[in-house]
Amino acid sequence: MRFPILTSLIALPILGALALLLVRDDEEHEGLIRRIALVVSVLVFAETLLLWWRFTPATADFQFVEHHDWIPRFGISYTVGVDGISLLLVVLTGFLTPLALLSSWDSVHKRTRAFSMFILLLESAMIGVFVSIDLFLFYVFWDAMLIPMYFLIGIWGYERRVYAAVKFILYTMAGSVLMLLAILGLAWLHSSATGRYSFDLPTLYGMPVSPQLQFWFFLAFALAFAIKVPLFPFHTWLPDAHVEAPTAGSVILAGVLLKMGTYGLVRFAFPLFPVAATFFAPYLAGLAVAGIVYGALVAMVQPDLKKLVAYSSVSHLGFVVLGIAAMNAQGVQGAVLQMLNHGVSTGGLFLIVGMLSDRRHTRAIDAFGGLKKVMPRLVGAFLIITLSSIGLPGLNGFVGEFLILLGAYAWDPRFAAVAATGVVLSATYMLWMFQRVNYGPVTNEENRTLEDLKPREWAVIVPIVAMTILMGVVPNLFLAPTELPVQRIVEKVREAAPVEIRAAAPIVNRK
Amino acid sequence: MFSSFNAIVPMLCVTAAAIAAMTAEAIRAPGERMPSGSLGAIGLVGAAAATLLLWNHNYASFGVVVADNFGLFVTSVLIVVGFLSLAISEPTIDREKLPRAEYYALMLFALAGMMLMATASDLLLIFLALEILSLAVYVLTGLRRDSPAATEAALKYFLLGAFSSAFFLYGVALTYGLTGSTQLARVGTLVAGRAIAPAPMQLFAVALLLVGFAFKVSAVPFHMWTPDVYEGAPTAVTGFMSTGVKAAAFAAFARVFLSAFDPLQPHWRGMVWAIALATMIAGTVVGVAQSSVKRMLAYSSIAHGGYLLVALASANDLGKGAVLFYLLTYAVTNLGAFGVLAVLEGEERSNDQVRDFAGLWNERPGLAALMTIFLLSLGGFPPLGGFIAKWYIFSAAVKANETTLAIVGVLTSVVSVFFYLRIVVMMYMTPTGRPIAAPPVPKIAAAALVVSAVLVFYLGILPSQVLDWAAASIATIF
Repeated sequence: MRFPILTSLIALPILGALALLLVRDDEEHEGLIRRIALVVSVLVFAETLLLWWRFTPATADFQFVEHHDWIPRFGISYTVGVDGISLLLVVLTGFLTPLALLSSWDSVHKRTRAFSMFILLLESAMIGVFVSIDLFLFYVFWDAMLIPMYFLIGIWGYERRVYAAVKFILYTMAGSVLMLLAILGLAWLHSSATGRYSFDLPTLYGMPVSPQLQFWFFLAFALAFAIKVPLFPFHTWLPDAHVEAPTAGSVILAGVLLKMGTYGLVRFAFPLFPVAATFFAPYLAGLAVAGIVYGALVAMVQPDLKKLVAYSSVSHLGFVVLGIAAMNAQGVQGAVLQMLNHGVSTGGLFLIVGMLSDRRHTRAIDAFGGLKKVMPRLVGAFLIITLSSIGLPGLNGFVGEFLILLGAYAWDPRFAAVAATGVVLSATYMLWMFQRVNYGPVTNEENRTLEDLKPREWAVIVPIVAMTILMGVVPNLFLAPTELPVQRIVEKVREAAPVEIRAAAPIVNRK
Repeated sequence: MFSSFNAIVPMLCVTAAAIAAMTAEAIRAPGERMPSGSLGAIGLVGAAAATLLLWNHNYASFGVVVADNFGLFVTSVLIVVGFLSLAISEPTIDREKLPRAEYYALMLFALAGMMLMATASDLLLIFLALEILSLAVYVLTGLRRDSPAATEAALKYFLLGAFSSAFFLYGVALTYGLTGSTQLARVGTLVAGRAIAPAPMQLFAVALLLVGFAFKVSAVPFHMWTPDVYEGAPTAVTGFMSTGVKAAAFAAFARVFLSAFDPLQPHWRGMVWAIALATMIAGTVVGVAQSSVKRMLAYSSIAHGGYLLVALASANDLGKGAVLFYLLTYAVTNLGAFGVLAVLEGEERSNDQVRDFAGLWNERPGLAALMTIFLLSLGGFPPLGGFIAKWYIFSAAVKANETTLAIVGVLTSVVSVFFYLRIVVMMYMTPTGRPIAAPPVPKIAAAALVVSAVLVFYLGILPSQVLDWAAASIATIF
């Protein structure tokens, strides 16, 4: 039997969390707890790299598939597998989790064991979401993931943490329960057509669904994903959750959790309901574009660093949704790449903000100023990450945004035109923030004595910076695996969507 | 000739244990402590063994009791309820200085009545079983004689219970008048014959029976007694009746309405539909506003009754199986939650206000973790049993095309998460207010809580086997 690599990826963090239960939770063992958690998460990352190493980009099919009956009576199985899209997101999860753990070494001293356990459990659930190709299993991971995140925000967050945690969990649950009903509806549809239930994704891909049902199912799925992304106007939980979460929570929330929404659109909502998706794509794109501009404008006026980064996420993820809505190869590939980019650069920004707030215990922009003179190295890293978030060519943000705009232009130039203003706006708010924080004279005496990067922080920031450069210089490394799966999804949606529906869309594919 | 006793052996075991507990009390020397609880446990072990042996045999006793798999599944749920209730009772008895033997004997008599209700195949016997369990539970509710709240609860419960019993009995009488029988099978055949144009009196009888059942499962608008009674009763008793009475009543409800009155489905489905909707909404919405955990769990149990009614209103195979699986999961989870409440009760305070849970994580991390598991399962989070149970019910609703019920069901369960999380917020995210001065947890109660938590995980992660049993159980009667 082949080694069940995906199952081991899901199981390893859980086992690590259980192992932590054996260590006593007191100050004496704090170091040991942190080391165990870190080692486990690094092992997971190494395993995700191994997965990538053994992955073949020459096929669009799911690879490393494991299939076990789970609840056979209802056709529910434990089926996991990766294609190029999920592979990269799994690697991203593996990459960010150790950094999140490392970032908390100075800021989390309360209940370290529980903290590390929740991070590891969260990692399991996130990997589970990306590798599930059974809809029921996907939903289980999707919902289970809320619990550790809820505790991370609620226990280790800042002042209004309880409010933010409860808002986070209720918002996302309210969106996802309707998706559960749509999943049940799909399975029931399969059962009335063939006599047996199925939650298996490839099987359901091939099942014809009447346009009217597609309409409702798509709305249910899209609502769940839109809240998770979050797409304007469903984004109001995000600033609260981001601002109140501890640094590690913000990194994972922005880096990975939000990607679940966009991943869900690519993996489930569009290919399962192509007719409805084609019909709704312009509306989704409209919301996405509105989010790009709105997020950027609101980010501009934020006095709080974390809030600024949070709203910038709304703007950046608008790009991703726009690329998906375009449903052509450039748009979707760009969207997938942009998911990774956003994970790395926004994760990086939250790490930097975390370092600043560890030192100063504030995140207000006007509390800083002139940091460049005090901490040149930290500010250097900050600059690179800021530029990558803006989308400077040569760094990671550029390629993704460019492809998305290309794809959007081929679909409907109007969306591309409005979205392009977002690129300009992002430069404005990011650079303005950067200038106020780092340049000019040191206005606040407390800032004079701040310490530059510590060895542990080097270990956090170097991988991020290296990754932004790597992804900017050899984007093809990250584009190649997604090429065939994206192509297949795009073709599937296009084949199924009849002409009259496409004609109803503004200007579809003029080529 | 003894074979005609087969089907009632589980009840006999429990009844014998109850009588033994009372006899032991009668010969007790002053100051001596009788092992009443252990006697009950022995009786339950006997009942469990009998249930296993009876499985798949479909024995009938005296033409009024059938040990079909459906009844036996519910009997097993009741046995689980019995074990857990016995295990969590000790702290309550000690603290409230309740009469030990009477307490256990009444609990066991109630269990026997519940088992009878789950397996009775005759309307009159269902009524008798209902009375057996109700009388025992009325007394258990009022067992704290010096507490005005308990007395009020017992009186309220008794009056309203008697009222609903009258409804039920009236329904039975009318059905008898129309069909000449109280046997479910016979009633079913006669009703089926006239299903196209049933006598108005027949529909009236069905409505009366529906009211009777709705009272017992505390469905809206017949739920008014529930919060007061749940709050006034000793905590362990509340846990016992919120799960046991519900299981027994739903078993009989399903048996009567989905077998004998199944032909009249078009007539009663609308009523059950409306009741289910109102029950889910009222249970969750009012639950949000509670400041006492016991009251909150009372409203939560009303809401869970609403979900079970969704399964009945769906009236398909999935729904029938879902009722069984849900009853088991709900019993384990809810008893776990009440168990934590019971062991947290202190000498002076009952610690049942939401704010009493503040900072529990710091003082009693184990209990806080257990409570969290139970609450999350009640809220329907994977990978816990409550998720699979709800999923099963909503599958039934989707299959029956009851989209409105399904949508309202999932949305109310999101609202219910809000109030379950209030306690989690208190335990984990709020600094300790007044420390809880509860005595150490007795080993048996701790074991019961841990077993419940393990079962909650088991039902959530590996539900396949139990789902198969539930599905196999409905095949025998419907």
